[in-house]
Amino acid sequence: MLKLPVYLDNNATTQVDPRVFEAMTPYFLEAFGNAASKSHPFGWKAEEAVDYAREQIAQLIGGNEKEIIFTSGATESNNLAIKGVFEMYASKGNHIITLSTEHKAVLDTCKHLEKLGAEVTYLSVGGDGLVTVEAIEAAIKPNTILVTVMYGNNELGVLQPIREIGALCKSKGVLFHTDATQAVGKMPVDVMADHIDLMSFTAHKMYGPKGVGALYVRRKNPRVKVTAQMDGGGHERGMRSGTLNVPGIVGFGKACEIARLEMAEEGARLQIMRDRLEAALLQLEESYLNGNKTHRLPHTSNISFKYVEGEGLMMGIKDIAVSSGSACTSASLEPSYVLKSLGLDDELAHSSLRFGLGRFTTDEEIDYTIECVSGAVNKLRDMSPLWEMFKEGIDLKTIEWSEH
Amino acid sequence: MAYSDKVVDHYTNPRNIGTLDKSKNTVGTGLVGAPECGDVMRLQIEVNHETGIIEDAKFKTFGCGSAIASSSLATEWLKGKSIDEALKIDNMEIVEELALPPVKIHCSVLAEDAIRSAINDYRAKNGLEPIESEKTHF
Repeated sequence: MLKLPVYLDNNATTQVDPRVFEAMTPYFLEAFGNAASKSHPFGWKAEEAVDYAREQIAQLIGGNEKEIIFTSGATESNNLAIKGVFEMYASKGNHIITLSTEHKAVLDTCKHLEKLGAEVTYLSVGGDGLVTVEAIEAAIKPNTILVTVMYGNNELGVLQPIREIGALCKSKGVLFHTDATQAVGKMPVDVMADHIDLMSFTAHKMYGPKGVGALYVRRKNPRVKVTAQMDGGGHERGMRSGTLNVPGIVGFGKACEIARLEMAEEGARLQIMRDRLEAALLQLEESYLNGNKTHRLPHTSNISFKYVEGEGLMMGIKDIAVSSGSACTSASLEPSYVLKSLGLDDELAHSSLRFGLGRFTTDEEIDYTIECVSGAVNKLRDMSPLWEMFKEGIDLKTIEWSEH
Repeated sequence: MAYSDKVVDHYTNPRNIGTLDKSKNTVGTGLVGAPECGDVMRLQIEVNHETGIIEDAKFKTFGCGSAIASSSLATEWLKGKSIDEALKIDNMEIVEELALPPVKIHCSVLAEDAIRSAINDYRAKNGLEPIESEKTHF
């Protein structure tokens, strides 16, 4: 039986896997100790659980458990990585390279550092959402200390050439940070093969709980350090103070273990469903896929339905939870800056929907989504003056619009 | 954001969707908003020259549910009104009727602009001066 509403917003957050939930429960009521308490069994038990989770997490990303710094989530990890490197390596330089399509947790951190004397290069991306290694190489200067490029984009799902960028940074002696929030747990990510020095990721995007994330910080070749951004008890090798969220960390570890074991099969299954959904929706006239079709996460699809406004469309598919690049859904009244970075017209950016499939998505839900979205697009086009003009062959760019 | 029942009703069952023949001098067309702002409304009225009564009204809207509901409601209110009565429709009446939240007030403003624009188009076609709006929004 199809249960409504259908959840297709797995790039925003995911349901906790019942196996993860089950692993967490003892750490609320029974093993509730503080992992930093060294003098009694409550503390030992908590520490043991944290150490085990650290191994589970490190194993998923090909790192060492000592290289995992626990945080509250990817936003904090991004802040700690970028601000921490800027402070720690101030004597080496002040130049940071990033992309215009990064998450706000990276962009706003960079903007903050500009006020403190950082020089930041925001590279633009191509029409497919990808940056080239050549563009990054050309931007590296003698005072460059950090390149920060996201692994998989949250709105489009496109995958940047991380391994090539990592190799480039290594050869240039520049640190490389990646916000891998959308990629870890969804596809193989290997900090050694990808030459990653720092990596942000979080539990709640991979069927773990909210409120716990990690920053991978390389310990060898090179040994990387970041300046702590909070003062306190000196936890996490002095890089992040604060009592550890033990139940959250246990859940994060379990989520990583499940991902490592099931990722290949799950990714293949989701890609088949995603491709079926996408192919059906792209059959609609004047609908366009946003971002590179090949270099992409297996579970994400971003499609613009021209001449239909995104929020109006979402109201027509109220039993499907998706997100839109439309201005109306954001506080800023600006359409998605990521879509605009691809060179999309505002009207196409306004008309976009992001579909994010997940572990619990079913074929039946995909069938329902295809039918419902197609119906709503056709209905709204029947009442869209822009669609009528398009059908009459009127070029919308020749019209003098009255802005309000 | 939750929509009011009336917005949902107009969105689900929009009144008076369609197109009137804009070449006729009894028809006035108002096209307001801009695609890059995410709202475009086209509102049309058909006026009986003899009586000065708006006998038909049609709309098409590209926009969110509140924009669609505002224009749908406007066409309902316009039918049967004289031009002078139509000019008295205030955007705040639309806000009240549809229980629009503050962030959607611009949808009602757009609907009021569309009414005025359609009336002025009708007046221009019939050799009359446009009516200046005494209201300034925002």
